[in-house]
Amino acid sequence: MKVKTNYNRRAFLKVSTAAGGGMMLGFSWLASCTPADTEIAEVAVQQMPDNWFNINAFLKIGDNGLVTIFSPNPEIGQNVKTAMPMIVAEELDVDWKDVIVEQAGLDTEKYTRQVAGGSQSIRQGWQGLRLAGATARHLLLAAAAQQWEVPVGELTTSGGVIHHAASERTIGYGEIASAAAGLEIPAEVELKSPADFKIIGKPQKNVDGLPIVTGKPLFGLDVQHEGMLIAMIVHPPAFGMKLKSADTATIATMPGIRHVTTINAAPEGIEPQWSDVNAFPELVAIVGDSTWEVMQAKKALQAEWEQVSPPESSEQHEAELTRLLQTAPAEPARKDGNPTKAFAGAAQVIERTYTAPFLAHNTLEPMNFFADVTAEKATLEGPIQTPEFLRKSVAALLGMPEEKISVMMTRQGGGFGRRLYGNFGIEAALISKAVGAPVKLVYTREDDMTQGTYRPDYKVTYRAALDANNQLIGFHVRGTGTNGSPVFADRFPAGAVDNYLAENLDKSSNISTGAWRAPRSNFIAGAEQAFLDEVAEVVGKDPIDFRLELFDKAIAKPVGEKNDYEPARYAGVLKLVREKAAWGTDQPGVFRGVSAYYCHNSYVAQVVDVVLEKGRPKVDKVWCAVDCGIVVNPEGAINQIEGGIIDGIGHAMYSALTFKDGKPVQDNFATYRLIRHREAPREIEVFFVENGIDPTGLGEPSLPPISAALANALAKATGERLYTQPFAQQQSVLG
Amino acid sequence: MPVYKLTINGEQRELSVAADTPVLWVLRDHAHLVGTKYGCGIGQCGACTIHLDGVAMRSCSVPISAVGKQKITTIEGLSANGTHPVQEAWLEHDVAQCGYCQAGQIMNAAALLSDNPNPSDTEISAMMNGNICRCGTYTRIHTAIKTAAEKMS
Repeated sequence: MKVKTNYNRRAFLKVSTAAGGGMMLGFSWLASCTPADTEIAEVAVQQMPDNWFNINAFLKIGDNGLVTIFSPNPEIGQNVKTAMPMIVAEELDVDWKDVIVEQAGLDTEKYTRQVAGGSQSIRQGWQGLRLAGATARHLLLAAAAQQWEVPVGELTTSGGVIHHAASERTIGYGEIASAAAGLEIPAEVELKSPADFKIIGKPQKNVDGLPIVTGKPLFGLDVQHEGMLIAMIVHPPAFGMKLKSADTATIATMPGIRHVTTINAAPEGIEPQWSDVNAFPELVAIVGDSTWEVMQAKKALQAEWEQVSPPESSEQHEAELTRLLQTAPAEPARKDGNPTKAFAGAAQVIERTYTAPFLAHNTLEPMNFFADVTAEKATLEGPIQTPEFLRKSVAALLGMPEEKISVMMTRQGGGFGRRLYGNFGIEAALISKAVGAPVKLVYTREDDMTQGTYRPDYKVTYRAALDANNQLIGFHVRGTGTNGSPVFADRFPAGAVDNYLAENLDKSSNISTGAWRAPRSNFIAGAEQAFLDEVAEVVGKDPIDFRLELFDKAIAKPVGEKNDYEPARYAGVLKLVREKAAWGTDQPGVFRGVSAYYCHNSYVAQVVDVVLEKGRPKVDKVWCAVDCGIVVNPEGAINQIEGGIIDGIGHAMYSALTFKDGKPVQDNFATYRLIRHREAPREIEVFFVENGIDPTGLGEPSLPPISAALANALAKATGERLYTQPFAQQQSVLG
Repeated sequence: MPVYKLTINGEQRELSVAADTPVLWVLRDHAHLVGTKYGCGIGQCGACTIHLDGVAMRSCSVPISAVGKQKITTIEGLSANGTHPVQEAWLEHDVAQCGYCQAGQIMNAAALLSDNPNPSDTEISAMMNGNICRCGTYTRIHTAIKTAAEKMS
């Protein structure tokens, strides 16, 4: 396949040579590329090139054939730092063992969409990454053709070596890289056929594996710089409150304390961006020599807070969400056919309401950021999913042009959406400016958990209308939640039911909310798929057959025009998991549930086996079928799917953030339950649909459906349907 | 401030810190060994797990004054170049996602295996239950511990 390079697009650097540059960086990252064999790492270190040749923004080639590939997007544990460079290396046609991976910093001139969010890094990076590798390969071939005075069409490549069969000549990329770096970028280049992929589709281990297991400094919290001080913040104790006054003088004399000040991240006259969500822009900042000393001063701080909006509680939220669902008028988000008539004429109507609480993100690495702000420039470094937006916000607040602000992304100890909202990076910059020193801002776990930006609390009511023949003739979904409804009006079963109505109702709140892994889907998939399971039970059909009949209808005669899924692929994952799990062959003592969902452009179907241990249900095994198109790195992909499943089971079973008088009741892991080792499934098996479709999202799609597969299995195990998360607070689950 | 004579990863260190400073922050801020992670500060997540005389401890909850002559081992000192069987098993099974909790998981698992070289599934689950992995790599952690146990026996 030939594709245009559009060589003047900003993703490509001018081709240039770079003598000696990158040696030290290359050294540190080299170790990470030979995770299992330190001997190889040592040998390879001795073979570091004398010169690197920048081919484009994504890669440089050393004179000995080593290749450095830059991973442009933030790494939050979704393993793009391995997968994105794999795509470049594939088209470049080099051996993966000769590749050094390096994290790129924020550079909007060179890269597009340096964001970790929406499971889009691979999907949206796919074409550009392939092009980067293919263009570099093309330049190397052109240089060899010139040198040998042969037509470029007679040359082939493999493993970083160019071959000319007719003259039996070969030359390594490293030997020709300097010549290639002087050539014009071609107007179009040839991309590989997926059938020829050698790296993509083969399991590759995490490029940071060795530094992770040996405790090397990788994360934001590990950043250390000369003269750096430790900063912490004190925020109001409850949502709806703001800082009135603080006794900064008393704690300023405590051991190791250098500065106590206040900052305001939302001054009048500066328009906030979407990523500036922050309930507590006015903060006390304490800066000192060491974390423990600053923590002591933080505990000792005396401050006064004032109520600026009414305090909210979980009880109030429950009542208000219920009131909205039961009585508030709503404009239809989608209406097909005549749902009012269908329900009025139904032989039977099934109605169920599902509820879930607020959740904290709880990345295990708490929020933190390094900032060094001087009159001339600002240097920012840390864990952030949206570096470009952070830089914009910091530029506005500092009154400094963006080109004077650098943002380097560290490896991130989890993201889950929390680090889309960069308030902590902004705060670090404001504190550094205020105290005139480089600072690393560190949140305590309590700061992190009581500050937001939470997964909203949600409530949704489903109604199904059945005719006298138990056919589904009407479907109604009506959802609400804090700061937005969870309902996706155009998703299944829209398109498969003649009479369909979706309604959204919003509840405003002073509690800050935001994206949390698979936003909205993380709740609505579980509710929808548990409801369909119950409808299938009422009509006496196998739950997989029931869904497949709906997909058959959506394939043969889709209702409406904007159905946000492909029914054949959706049915495909259900059929695959049915086969792999041997669905229908019930075993004594094993209780099964099924679920399927489509989000982030990928399809997932799951079967959960629950067993009873001492009377308590436990997830024993999960089968998961996935259609995400081409799988770039099966090792990392399976890990993501396993993680999403365990994350989804954990939050549905155990987690809740509740509020009393505006204050989060849970502030650390003693009171906020996360899933633990013993509660994880014994085994998870993952199966991919094999097709040649360009890759789609993987970081999120396995999470949303699992809560329903779990709930449906628990219903079999305990005899009770579950409508309220977390399930482990229900008596039937406690046993 | 008192001066503490410590043995960290086989090296003698003299560090001057307040007596109530948790070992976690002595390691991170004063010894500049940042492999030991902060997760909760209250001994609930296990990210800060180290060995004191070979026994797994939550370094966030041990004040430096309580260490005495006990030898401190951190993830940086568990082996040369990541060659401890537990670290090797972690690499073999590509356990990590974000990787933040894994130093604590590995230190806990290494101590578990030195006490009980052939743990059952139930014993592994019980011993590892205090270490949270927010990414959900528990099944891989479990498998890696079994692989490490086989290698060590």
